[in-house]
Amino acid sequence: MAESHDLSARDVELQVGAGVPLIALAGQPNMGKSTLFNLLTGLNQHVGNWPGKTVERREGHFDLNGRRLRLVDLPGTYSLTANSPEEVVAREFIVRERPQVVVAVVSAANLERSLYLVAELLSLSAQVVVALNMMDVAAQEGIVVQAEVLAAALGVPVVPLVASKAQGVRKLLEVVQAVLDGQVNFKPALPEVRADHREVLKRIEALVAEYVPALYPVDWVALKLFEGDAEVTRMMKSELPPEKWSAVHVLLREHDDAFLAVASGRYEWIGRMVRAAVTQPKMGQIGLTERLDRWAAHPIWGLFILAGMLGLVFWLTFTLATPLQDFMDARMIAPFAEWMSGLLAEAPFWLRGMLVDGAIGGVGSVLTFLPVLVIFFAVFALLEDVGYMARAAYVMDNLMHLMGLHGKSFLPLFLGFGCNVPAIMGTRVIDSWPARLLTILIAPLVPCTARMVVVTFIAPIFFGANALWVSWGLVLVTLSLLVSSGALLNLVLFKGQRSAFIMEMPLYHIPNARTIGLLVWQRSISFVQKAGTAILGMSLAVWVLSFLPNGDLNTSFLAQFGKALEPVGRLMGFDWRLTVALITSFPAKENAIATLGVLFGNSPEAGLAEALAATFSTASALSFLVVTMLFIPCMATVAVIKQETHSWRWTFLSIAMFLGLSLAGGTLVYRLAGLFGLG
Amino acid sequence: MMETAPILPLVEIHTGERAIVREFRAGRAVENRLASLGLTPGAPVEMVQNYGRGPLIVRVRGTRVALGRGEAAKILVERGGNGRKS
Repeated sequence: MAESHDLSARDVELQVGAGVPLIALAGQPNMGKSTLFNLLTGLNQHVGNWPGKTVERREGHFDLNGRRLRLVDLPGTYSLTANSPEEVVAREFIVRERPQVVVAVVSAANLERSLYLVAELLSLSAQVVVALNMMDVAAQEGIVVQAEVLAAALGVPVVPLVASKAQGVRKLLEVVQAVLDGQVNFKPALPEVRADHREVLKRIEALVAEYVPALYPVDWVALKLFEGDAEVTRMMKSELPPEKWSAVHVLLREHDDAFLAVASGRYEWIGRMVRAAVTQPKMGQIGLTERLDRWAAHPIWGLFILAGMLGLVFWLTFTLATPLQDFMDARMIAPFAEWMSGLLAEAPFWLRGMLVDGAIGGVGSVLTFLPVLVIFFAVFALLEDVGYMARAAYVMDNLMHLMGLHGKSFLPLFLGFGCNVPAIMGTRVIDSWPARLLTILIAPLVPCTARMVVVTFIAPIFFGANALWVSWGLVLVTLSLLVSSGALLNLVLFKGQRSAFIMEMPLYHIPNARTIGLLVWQRSISFVQKAGTAILGMSLAVWVLSFLPNGDLNTSFLAQFGKALEPVGRLMGFDWRLTVALITSFPAKENAIATLGVLFGNSPEAGLAEALAATFSTASALSFLVVTMLFIPCMATVAVIKQETHSWRWTFLSIAMFLGLSLAGGTLVYRLAGLFGLG
Repeated sequence: MMETAPILPLVEIHTGERAIVREFRAGRAVENRLASLGLTPGAPVEMVQNYGRGPLIVRVRGTRVALGRGEAAKILVERGGNGRKS
């Protein structure tokens, strides 16, 4: 079972390729879809991306009665209209790959809204099996759903389920099997457009019927045109002869509010289903969620609770991750390096240097990242699973407006104080791509712990008792730069558009350890695989440059490079050594101090502080600190920016932006400090 | 339908009050998202939280939905409409 966890998507396809039944899992967010997916596939799953999209693709396989089945977890979407890449991905998959069964996960506690997606799936003529999840939550709220009645009304199988407790899964699989064996008779009751628009819809259908590409159901295409779906409109505009298109276009323009008739028609249909199958509790009953939200979503108390939660995250990180990091450094990586260097005592010294300082140093920096990452991923996943994340986004919405962002960007950004890597990976919670991209671009302006290490080393040397204020000042300046560059980027890149803040506030529920565990595991593995190889390569490269041609950092290519850049460095008050230190901070920010140690021939523990104080002016030091805060993010961060944006263009834009920002900031601060007599 | 109750933006509904959605002025893309979360003309809503500034929470079709103030200002409703459920 476990051996296949490292298969790539292609391997999965090769292994279980053609002829293997394909099952798709569809559902709105917060319906427990991921829990069901994890339950069915366990570790036999692979996380990747949909081709050309920044949407996560989860695929896996499981065995049913000795037969292997492929299971694809479609992105969680509220509808199947082309409003977001997720929605396009989900419906294109159903249309193109034609899964034999689409398991639609709905919540018994929230049937009215969750059947909306089922209505859309049925119009796509998919073979839908409804997984009626969260029967326990519904029972708690006093809602009774009769699955048989619902099945009869819908005309498709309905299986009650409590995915978080693995109840009902066997029955669900039996039904899936029955569908695969052709033993289920689908007679779905299809939703209709509101009565006053049926006539027009028929006319549109007649106009387009013979031009619809074979993959798509004709009535579905007509319906989507009616709804004003951008993708389908584009497709049909190019398929139809111009005169037909203008006839269709006139009809659509006359009825530009038609999508409301379509949506209302679906809710009328849902109303019939719900009236038949659901007994609602008496009104006036206040649930747990409502009571908790009086505090958690309160404009003032909510902020206090959020601050408390975040304090807890950092406390956890420092009490758990930091000692673990130190332990790994002292007990695992250092002894391993020593052992390796003993082993290679006879080997040429360049080989020893490359392996011990380059490779082990690089791998070590990746590994020591992990404890912090794992804790951040875990806390993040926990808050998300419990339902708290939506509340945090809600109470921070006002402040985030300053940057043209909304509440959902807050938590990823906040994670950046620990490490920018989980911050950028955490932007996956943001549903609109422009908002997510903007958040990714500004996230490196959150000062991470590694940069603060450099600041807390250098600041006391030059500012003595005022070091604390200087450090605070640096953080404040960086954060105000974050806000202003956010506002500016939003204006330049997205013309000041702000994506709408429309978000479901899910019911609070008990977190599922399996869901959280798998998420942490997948994200950590993906970091080690993708970022890890990049970091290893870069550390090797930097090491080689600092070593060649004759094994001395002071005369190495890196030093020559630093000297060549000295005119640029001088603008900011740097000599070549500070420039080199800055360059070597790219693999990991805290490297800057180690490099200065090597260049001044002193260890950071003894003598380096004095040497630095004797060599550099306060203005140079201040400028170096500012540049450290604003410089190109570390290699791991750049690697995840590439991983998350899937674009070299945005990655290079980000690098260029920080290069420009740090150059300008350093120069400005150096000149200003000179004016104030710190030169 | 004949007696026309005043139509007002959703932001003016106070916490605990009920209203019926009448129309949107939010643009197609946003309106589509609102509709998929249950906010369609004729849908009864209950204001769960509205502090007069910042985002607000409404309950519609059994779901709590958070809306930015800008979005909520573009949803026009008619006060009342509690006759159906309680």
